[in-house]
Amino acid sequence: MKKLTETKWTGVVLAGAGILMIIFGIYRGEMSVVFTKAVNICMECIGIG
Amino acid sequence: MDNKKIKINEWPRHGIQALWAALTNSHVSGFVTGKIYTGKLKNVCVPGLNCYSCPGATGACPIGSFQAVIGSWNFKMAYYIVGFLIFIGALLGRLVCGFLCPFGLIQDLLNKIPFPKKIRTFRGDKLLRKLKYVILLVFVVLMPLFVVDIMGQGSPYFCKLICPAGTLEGGLPLVLLNKSMRSAVGWLYVWKNTILVITIILSIIIYRPFCKYICPLGAFYSVFNKVSVFRYRVDAEKCVHCGKCAKACQMEVNPVENPNSLECIRCGRCKKICPTQAIQCGTKRK
Repeated sequence: MKKLTETKWTGVVLAGAGILMIIFGIYRGEMSVVFTKAVNICMECIGIG
Repeated sequence: MDNKKIKINEWPRHGIQALWAALTNSHVSGFVTGKIYTGKLKNVCVPGLNCYSCPGATGACPIGSFQAVIGSWNFKMAYYIVGFLIFIGALLGRLVCGFLCPFGLIQDLLNKIPFPKKIRTFRGDKLLRKLKYVILLVFVVLMPLFVVDIMGQGSPYFCKLICPAGTLEGGLPLVLLNKSMRSAVGWLYVWKNTILVITIILSIIIYRPFCKYICPLGAFYSVFNKVSVFRYRVDAEKCVHCGKCAKACQMEVNPVENPNSLECIRCGRCKKICPTQAIQCGTKRK
């Protein structure tokens, strides 16, 4: 465990995994859900709905 | 240890925070018209807690977006958002909290308001820090996944029931600017404003109470503090164990014992106060 925190490659590999997940999420069409939510007023967020 | 107040110039950091907040909330006309930005930038998340219903917001809030995706009827995992958070966390850790979160900046500024008895820590402080992980699990993950309507859709429960950033950045300006919304105000709005008022008062007395005890985004990033590419390190040969860094830390971290503590927001106060420059940050490990 300590070895994992001592090398910067752990962070680099995780960042790479993050990028792959982003690409997969975009491929699945998750971005459109985010966009639809973000361009409409979120009634729950502002305390109305 | 003497009780003299430590003076550290934090305005350069606040300048970066303000610049970032302005950049990610640059839809200025929204504050006049009461309409939110609907351009393509809203496809992309911002790293900090920034309500996408803020009239000025040009990006999407990662916590709100995560709940929206896992709460939708067709997706039960948000690879896009989790991937984004892992990417940012793996590179920066909680540096985001210290530099790129508008709600963090608001709390920083509120804490500068003089108050007769500021509270640094209290009994149960350490235990209460775990609350943010419970909130992340229960309100951000489990409830949107399992507390669903007949269509199988969950609400963004953290945003709905807790988030004071949404109330401050979205709720207040939009309700003030839209007559139709004013007529729709009910118990939930009162509840959320009560949380906001409590958060504001506590922020004056305690440094960043929302970040310490509530924020699910900080909870997520904190997991990466120990492995992130950017990190803090202490040169044991230079350290004279004066204790100034621990005293300067407003998140109550002792950088000598744990320079990459889960609670560290990487504000750099410890680095600035160190008389021997034993505390360094960057990508180097040793």
